[in-house]
Amino acid sequence: MNVQIQERSAPAAGRQGKGFVQVIDVVKKFGDAVALNHVSLTIEKNELFALLGSSGCGKSTLLRILAGFETATEGKILIDGEDLARVPPYHRPVNMMFQSYALFPHMTVERNVGFGLRQEGVPKNEIAERVNEALDLVQMRRFAQRKPHQLSGGQQQRVALARSLVKRPKLLLLDEPMSALDKKIRQQTQFELMNILNKVGVTCVMVTHDQEEAMTMADRLAVMSEGEVVQIGGPTEVYEYPNSRFSAEFIGSTNLFDGVVVEDEPDHVYVEAPGLPARLYINHGITGPLGMNVSVSVRPERVLLSRAKPQQPYNWVQGAVKDVAYMGSYALYRVELGNGRMVTANVAGLVLSQGEAPSYGDEVFVSWSESSGVVLTK
Amino acid sequence: MKTLILRWLPNGRRTVIGIPFTFLLLFFLVPFILVVTISFSQQQLGVPPYTPLTTLKDDVYSIALNIGHYKFLLQDDLYFATYISSLQIALVSTLLCLLIGFPIAYYIARASESVRGTLMMMVMLPFWTSFLIRVYAWIGILKNDGFLNQFLMWLGLISAPLRIYHTNWGVYIGMVYSYLPFMIMPLYAHLVKMDLTLLEAAYDLGSKPWRAFIEVTLPLSKNGIIAGSLLVFIPAVGEYVIPELLGGSDTLMIGRVMWDEFFNNVDWPMASAVTCAMVLLLLVPMALFQHYQTKVLEESKR
Repeated sequence: MNVQIQERSAPAAGRQGKGFVQVIDVVKKFGDAVALNHVSLTIEKNELFALLGSSGCGKSTLLRILAGFETATEGKILIDGEDLARVPPYHRPVNMMFQSYALFPHMTVERNVGFGLRQEGVPKNEIAERVNEALDLVQMRRFAQRKPHQLSGGQQQRVALARSLVKRPKLLLLDEPMSALDKKIRQQTQFELMNILNKVGVTCVMVTHDQEEAMTMADRLAVMSEGEVVQIGGPTEVYEYPNSRFSAEFIGSTNLFDGVVVEDEPDHVYVEAPGLPARLYINHGITGPLGMNVSVSVRPERVLLSRAKPQQPYNWVQGAVKDVAYMGSYALYRVELGNGRMVTANVAGLVLSQGEAPSYGDEVFVSWSESSGVVLTK
Repeated sequence: MKTLILRWLPNGRRTVIGIPFTFLLLFFLVPFILVVTISFSQQQLGVPPYTPLTTLKDDVYSIALNIGHYKFLLQDDLYFATYISSLQIALVSTLLCLLIGFPIAYYIARASESVRGTLMMMVMLPFWTSFLIRVYAWIGILKNDGFLNQFLMWLGLISAPLRIYHTNWGVYIGMVYSYLPFMIMPLYAHLVKMDLTLLEAAYDLGSKPWRAFIEVTLPLSKNGIIAGSLLVFIPAVGEYVIPELLGGSDTLMIGRVMWDEFFNNVDWPMASAVTCAMVLLLLVPMALFQHYQTKVLEESKR
């Protein structure tokens, strides 16, 4: 497993220097406050790249630097090899779909979408053609004569998308694209948006605080915290192999066991965690000395609950069921360990339906397989 | 029965609307009706200096409406010229206020939040002094040996004093000075609530700052421009103090004519007719504004 991880990160490092969008060692300071601390990213052509983090992590600042609304204190931004440091926003081959959509309230849908083309002095008949094309793409042509306030939130979003695509930008920026929509239509809209972006074939940077949104839409994502990039990778990679406690806890939920490394071989690690009856066995190696303090992350869906003591000599602990939340397709169990700690486990609906599942107050054994844990050194 | 009584008892809603309504009824509508009645009467010596409209003589109750004053208004070129001149002076003053007031309002609206209040305070500060005194002060500045001319001559820009006092220039300066805050306030209110991401969106779509101003900021402050212009234009048409103090004898404004008819000629009916005609004249722009406002309201509700 260790080898695989290295294989994954190796090409990413090799890509440096040939990416379509390159963010190189960017620092942004507002007075004394550091919003971005030496951020470097490489985004490939036609990739949908998500910047994921909670508010104040610097993701929006980075997006605004890409758009040209803010200038980086240090570092460089290259798009298609062109340094954009001194290029004002109105000369950048970059368009943005704003969080609030920022549709011009005094213009019709048609004029909103055509605004960017009119600024460039595109001939009138070509504007009409391209506006219609863009409106067709988002299926809003029949609303062309409406004003923005006469449209629903979802319709406004489509118009905003059409407006930001009509100039065929080299880079499209999406600022929290779903945040203004109802939860119900969000998922459907996510897929629609991805379809449109795939159809057009545009390089995209999206900012979001919603990890589900980032996981659904992005090809790759960067987890950000306090102005720094914590991890970059595909959604699966970041979820299955978080590189730090922050990543593990921010993307999905997880159980973290703190302990020290007692045995480190290329193909496995033993971790001794105080308060756990058995050692933790993980079938991948780490780089670090023996006795190092680490955390082991185990996702709730990887955790097994059983009444009988598991066969394996490692990765188990005893506890009592404290909470059961039925979620439909699965049930969420919270098991209290002897030392008062809680472990979360998702039990699949199938298991529940077989009537074998433990219930509130039951003494259970919590266990997981050797491939379910991830050792986090940061 | 009980509900009927309850219905006629004043409730909160009615009281709230009723107080300003009653105030306007008593202090605006009733006096205005009096002015309208006087305009249809005839001048006479005595107290009051006009004849009653109604007479009861030999059991005959008759109402006599004298339309002579209105006829005179239409026939006499002087009145016509005065109305045109009033409208023109008010219009030019409004445009000057807009040209000067817009940049000021824009600057204040874009200033940092902490200084906005102070800047708006400075705009309104002149109101703390009497309007009359402020216009009087302008005489000291504008007259031939006033501060302005002395200063310009000291600079060597002019050799002989400029004649501003007692000309229409003096009136324009006084008008712009006095009514500028009324232009700035509604403009500021519109500009300050404008969503600045709209400007960012315009820049993002390739709009240079000045084009973004013309295509986004200006249309979005249209209502502020209309409100400010009416707030300046309407009182400027009937302005009396400024043309009287700063204007020349050839400055024709309806306020002065009214004053002359009323106090010099003691011709109350004529003064009333002049007033009514002016109100009619001002009702047109006000009705247009009202019509426009309701249209905007309806549009945003749809």
